Formats: sequence, structure tokens, C-alpha cells
Amino acid sequence: MNEHSPSSAAAPEHGTHVMPPSVLLGTAAALMALTVVTVATSRIDLGEWNVVLALAIACTKAALVALFFMHLKYENRFQLVVLVSAALFAALFVAFVVFDTTQYQPDIRAAETQAAPRGP
Amino acid sequence: MSGPATGHAAPGAVQAPEQRFLAHHFTSMDSQLATSKLGIWLFLGSEVLFFSGLFVAYGVYRANHYALFHYAHHFLDWRMGALNTVVLVGSSVSAAWSVRCAQLGKRRGLRISLLLTLLLAGVFLVVKYFEYSHKLHNGVAWGAACKPSAEILASLPPAVQALPVPKDLGTFFSIYYLMTGLHGIHVLIGMGLYVWLIGRAGRGDFVPGYYVPVDTVALYWHLVDMIWIFLFPLLYLI
Repeated sequence: MNEHSPSSAAAPEHGTHVMPPSVLLGTAAALMALTVVTVATSRIDLGEWNVVLALAIACTKAALVALFFMHLKYENRFQLVVLVSAALFAALFVAFVVFDTTQYQPDIRAAETQAAPRGP
Repeated sequence: MSGPATGHAAPGAVQAPEQRFLAHHFTSMDSQLATSKLGIWLFLGSEVLFFSGLFVAYGVYRANHYALFHYAHHFLDWRMGALNTVVLVGSSVSAAWSVRCAQLGKRRGLRISLLLTLLLAGVFLVVKYFEYSHKLHNGVAWGAACKPSAEILASLPPAVQALPVPKDLGTFFSIYYLMTGLHGIHVLIGMGLYVWLIGRAGRGDFVPGYYVPVDTVALYWHLVDMIWIFLFPLLYLI
């Protein structure tokens, strides 16, 4: 990161970080490139791994947005804690419900097909 | 956040231009900025949790009905989704640029970048409008109302046309309309906020010592972009 670019010399003294244009445009270029990658990899059949790869790319893109566009890299650490803990709890929420449903759904379906012929 | 402050300076003392936006319950512009940032980040954290319920619905239905999801995604045009991804990334750069201009006191750059962000947000919704209306005119609605027309079925890839239409196709589209609709409402709110910012920037309210609204609205806008980053591959590229 170029902390001493001429433009940031004019920066206010309020403990803020002014993002240099090179970082903003570089982040945008990386996001565009990763969009192309995610479209391209979705065309290849990787079975279960397609969604894992798509989510990994999406998380990388989200991290780029957070670190540079939202200047989290230069902020008070507490704001990072807020975002990461919210994302972590969202991931736990999704993961546990999906684990639960995939574990019990076969039993439910088996019970339904057994019960079906008898009718109400 | 933006009410004109009574100020702390003694009567007759020369005030810095930003001081008139110092709310009376803050001791300094710095503490006002730090508190606002903490507030917006806590809000963004709650937004992530707010959306997570819909991601759970998506995860559960996808885990149990993968074939249905794979069938249904052929109704979505990935080119439209990719176009909107590019549009939103562009608007995010422009939003980040507006913060930079506000910090450096570049008023013209600030006005242009705020206007560009608003414009790209509008383009996003126009593309979304075309997608929604194309689907709804062809009977691709949510829940039990989802009855795709022969016309749209004929536009699917030949291998997909050979498959029978799943009877619970509407389940996917309920999730699709809820996720993209809630996201779209966020875009609409963001546009309203940018209209407000453009008005204030036109009045010259924002100076290097005071740009809290530009910064916090941009942070909100980046989160809206971030959610789309997940929606695009999960809905369009299954």
C-alpha cells in the first residue's frame, strides 16, 4: 500500500485512511476477474465441488470488498470483529440446519412412503 | 446524525466549517465519526443475520431438492446476472470513490461519483425489472402460481426440455423472488439515500472534517454489493 502518495498528503488529520485510486481500481479489476472465473468454473462439472468453489470465490470477493472498499483493513479492529462474527454466525446457522435436514430427510421420506398406501 | 449543532465554541469565535454538523452530544468531530462508524457496522452485522434466514431456506431446499434447483436455474439468464454483477461492482467503486473525494474535499468529484453510484443502482434495477417481467409474463411466478408457458419452456436447452416439469418448481422461485426481492428493496433504499447525499453535496455540506453520511451510506452500499456477490453464483450458476 502506498501510504505516502501525494494525494494522501492532503488527507485530513482525523485518523482516517484515504484510499489511493490504484487500490480502488485494482480491487475492482480483481472483482471483475473473479466474476469471470466463477462463471467459467460453473461450466465445468465438478459435482459437489462446484458449489464449494463458487462459495470460496464469493467469499474471496466479499473479503476484497470488505478490506478495501469498506476500508476495514485500516479501521478499528472492533469493526472487523462485528463483521466476522456476524458472518460466522450466519454460516453456523446455515450449516447446522443443512446438516440436520440432510441427516433426517431420508427417514422422513421413508416414513412418508410407508404411510402413504394406507391413506388417512 | 445531521442536525445542525449548537456548537461548543464561545460566541464570536471563528468555527471550522464542519463544526456546524457536530451534534451536541459529541465532544469532537473525531468521536462523532468513530461512533457513527461503530453504529453502521453494528447495523451491517444485523443485516448479515437478517439475510441469513433466506440463505438457510435456500440451503435446506437445495440440499433436499438438488435436481429441482438444477432444473430451475435454466430459467435464469446468467448473462443478465453477470451484467448486474459488473454494474454493482462499478457502483461500489464509485461509492468508494465518493468517500475518497469527500475526505480530500474534492466537491466536483464527490458530486459526480455520487451521481454515478445512483445511476448504476438504477441500471441494476432496470435489468432486474426486465428479468422479473420476462418471467412473470411467462407464468414463472412463486409457489403454486408457478406455471411456465410453453414459450419459455421451448427456450430451455434441449436436454432440459426433455425432462418433465417438476411439480414443485415454484418452490425454487419463491426463494428466488424473496432473496432477489429483499436485495432489490435494499438497492431501492440505497438509491433514496444517494438522492439525499447528492442534495447535501450540492449544498456543499461535506468537507474533509465532516463526511459521515457519505462514508456510512457507502458502507451500506458495499454490503448490498456483497450480498449480490453471493446471490449471483447461488441462483444463476448452480
